[in-house]
Amino acid sequence: MADTLLKVDGLQAWYGESHILHGIGFEIARGELVTLLGRNGAGKTTTLKSVMGIVEKRTGSVTFDGRETVGLPSDQIARLGLAYCPEERGIFSSLNVEENLLLPPVVRPGGMSLAEIYQLFPNLMERRRSQGTKLSGGEQQMLAIGRILRTGASLLLLDEPTEGLAPVIVQRIGDIIHQLKGRGFTILLVEQNFHFAATVADRHYVMEDGRVVDMIASADVQQNIGKLQAYLGV
Amino acid sequence: MAQVALGLVNGAFYAMLSLGLAVIFGMLNVINFTHGAQFMMGAFAAWLMLGILGVPFWASLVLAPIIVGLIGVVLEKLLLKRIYHLDHLYGFLLTFGMALIIEGMFQWKWGSSGAPYPAPITGGTDLGFMIMPSYRLFVVVAALAICLATWYGIERTKLGAYLRAATENPTLVRAFGINVPRLITLTYGLGVGLAALAGVLAAPIMQVSPLMGTNLVLVVFAVVVIGGMGSIMGSIVTGFGLGLVEGLTKVYYPPAANTVIFVVMAIVLLVKPAGLFGQAK
Amino acid sequence: MSGQRIVVALVLAAAALAAPWFAYPVFLMTALCFALFACAFNLLLGYAGLMSFGHAMFFGTAGYFYGHVVKEWAMPPELGLLAGVGGAAALGVVTGALAIRRQGIYFAMITLAFAQMIFFLCVQAPFTHGEDGLQGIPRRALLGGLIPTKDDRVLYYVVLAIFLFGYFAIYRFIHSPFGQILKAIRDNEQRAVSLGYEADRYKLLAFVLSAALAGLAGSTKAMVLQFATLTDVSAAMSGEVVLMALVGGLGTIVGPVVGAFVIITMQNYLASAGEFVLVIQGAIFVVIVIAFRKGLVGELTEWWRRRSAPRPAAGDD
Ligand SMILES: Nc1ncnc2c1ncn2[C@@H]1O[C@H](COP(=O)(O)OP(=O)(O)OP(=O)(O)O)[C@@H](O)[C@H]1O
Ligand SMILES: [Mg+2]
Repeated sequence: MADTLLKVDGLQAWYGESHILHGIGFEIARGELVTLLGRNGAGKTTTLKSVMGIVEKRTGSVTFDGRETVGLPSDQIARLGLAYCPEERGIFSSLNVEENLLLPPVVRPGGMSLAEIYQLFPNLMERRRSQGTKLSGGEQQMLAIGRILRTGASLLLLDEPTEGLAPVIVQRIGDIIHQLKGRGFTILLVEQNFHFAATVADRHYVMEDGRVVDMIASADVQQNIGKLQAYLGV
Repeated sequence: MAQVALGLVNGAFYAMLSLGLAVIFGMLNVINFTHGAQFMMGAFAAWLMLGILGVPFWASLVLAPIIVGLIGVVLEKLLLKRIYHLDHLYGFLLTFGMALIIEGMFQWKWGSSGAPYPAPITGGTDLGFMIMPSYRLFVVVAALAICLATWYGIERTKLGAYLRAATENPTLVRAFGINVPRLITLTYGLGVGLAALAGVLAAPIMQVSPLMGTNLVLVVFAVVVIGGMGSIMGSIVTGFGLGLVEGLTKVYYPPAANTVIFVVMAIVLLVKPAGLFGQAK
Repeated sequence: MSGQRIVVALVLAAAALAAPWFAYPVFLMTALCFALFACAFNLLLGYAGLMSFGHAMFFGTAGYFYGHVVKEWAMPPELGLLAGVGGAAALGVVTGALAIRRQGIYFAMITLAFAQMIFFLCVQAPFTHGEDGLQGIPRRALLGGLIPTKDDRVLYYVVLAIFLFGYFAIYRFIHSPFGQILKAIRDNEQRAVSLGYEADRYKLLAFVLSAALAGLAGSTKAMVLQFATLTDVSAAMSGEVVLMALVGGLGTIVGPVVGAFVIITMQNYLASAGEFVLVIQGAIFVVIVIAFRKGLVGELTEWWRRRSAPRPAAGDD
């Protein structure tokens, strides 16, 4: 690919003794929005965590902007310009909304300002003095996304941002992800909801049992709908 | 009434020490048994600096915590960081061993009997209902200020936000680009520095001796059990409160003065096992 | 295999019987008392998962009980031992019922705090004679005069019998259904509770048994050395028993015995080193926690197993 931002090759990962990823490979170009699809337990979250260095026991190669990151601790990986929004959202209960937003340090120039983030998420502005975990599920998700926009990271790893949310909120989050792509963020999105994924993404990688088994461009989703449904068991 | 006010002096030490223990426990998951030894090192540092170099009390108040805090940083990097993945009990045993080493070396070098440290402020202050020795009044005020400053630092500053967040979820904080291991080292250094600061304040009141901290820290463990370690303000309030209780006991039933805190602990365990400010177990 | 075991047992028995002719009997008796004390501590930690950092309160007060009964009340030593065990058990009921309301590290702090309270009480109470301690407890004959105890070698066999009694009591306890349930609670309390076991009752019983045996060790020590002092109720003593169990190997049944002998021997040799003993003990704590968490017995069995394990997979070496 012309301008590859993230390239994963032969990535294996373990939780203690259990071998979870068996040689994952995929790439993402700068400015692209790519999803990882797959059933429960396929290893999507583990993939994000391994890219981020949160899962430490890993081998293979993950290059970001040409730099090898396997072997680096997660704080150094983050400082290269990757930002992670976890599946469980990870809102800190001992911090209020604004403290949560301001927590991740700015790692590079060019991130969004607090004012811009509040513009994107007006609810957060209203509730900026509330305890982070007192927000509704949708608001917490917005906080978890908003939090990583300030840091200047160019690649966002979003793990199932629509999980467990009402359809209106899902739509809202779809809009936001669209806007973020428009601003030039590169996004790796984990999704189970592929109808949602299809509306926002450029390409889809499909995972099964710790392997990438297929890649489908958004334009080809309609032709491959039967195959996709089989992969995802829907 | 006078005894009650003096109880606040003990309360000041309980509050400062239990605060440090709580901060360290939050970040490191270790009950720092070395806390008493580090309190003693603070007092000794002040005493030695005065005796050898003529460093005045006020300078020691700043220098001693820095020196002892740095020693704490070395201990963390050398030893403590190796046991974070283990059961809490190992941290307790390790820091107990560290305390034995430190106290043993001080006893070996300077013997067990203490040496006095001259009070930097003399005279008394008329509080209306009693004349309180001015230095003791200073200790209470200073300890209160230090505790509140610590509270402010943790609850209202950026560094404090890192600490609180890393106490909750260190992995995620690290994945945001914060060097959590360094934050842990720093926390230990600060907690230890706080203990040493309490030690400097205590030097003119207690005899400066190798075991001055051990006896205190055993009482502080009871204070920590009573208050629970979940809340910073809780530690402060519990510490001063128990000092007052002790002072009152001295007035009404002196023989029980040094056991009353343990009795309170027993009652709290009966009534509210998680501690006054603790979350459920 | 079992033949090998019988040989080991016979050698050990012979060594135990012959020991007072080769080593100083008072040293052996002291070591046996500490070995029993360490086994009692280890029963609670190894099999109930509860680390008490205040076991000196049982050990030390039992010594005072023994001394008071035998010296001040001029009663036979059997009653002294009984008083020591009973007193320690009673104290165990009260402190244990409170301490088991918290777990893990809090449990250790609570027991430590209670022990400190008992220490302060002992400093103040008249019958302990404060700093001087209870000195010159007479050694009276046992069993109504049948067994004279003035001779150290004779007394040694009495102490050996007491130790073996305590040791096998622990052994039986661990291997009883009760001990099995206790282990289940240690490994997964919620599951045991959901199976209908009242976890707290089992923990308390283990605590009281451990306290009573620590009391037996403490009063036996008072019988041997003829004094009871504040040292035996101090926090340092609580730490020492933890060290013994740790050196030998937590959770192994022989570990604490080995640990007690190692530490007592070391203290004997280093008696002249004064405060430096503390430094060495602290260093042992640090080294073991960092590098040899299984203790002597644990590491040795591990080493033995590793050495003999590859053999079935022939040709691997
Ligand atoms: N902390 C862990 N320890 C051990 N195994 C784990 C751990 N976390 C996940 N696993 C296992 O790893 C495998 C992959 O899990 P992962 O969370 O990556 O799946 P996923 O694709 O994100 O699933 P989901 O859609 O449910 O989020 C699963 O089999 C899971 O059981
Ligand atoms: Mg997942």
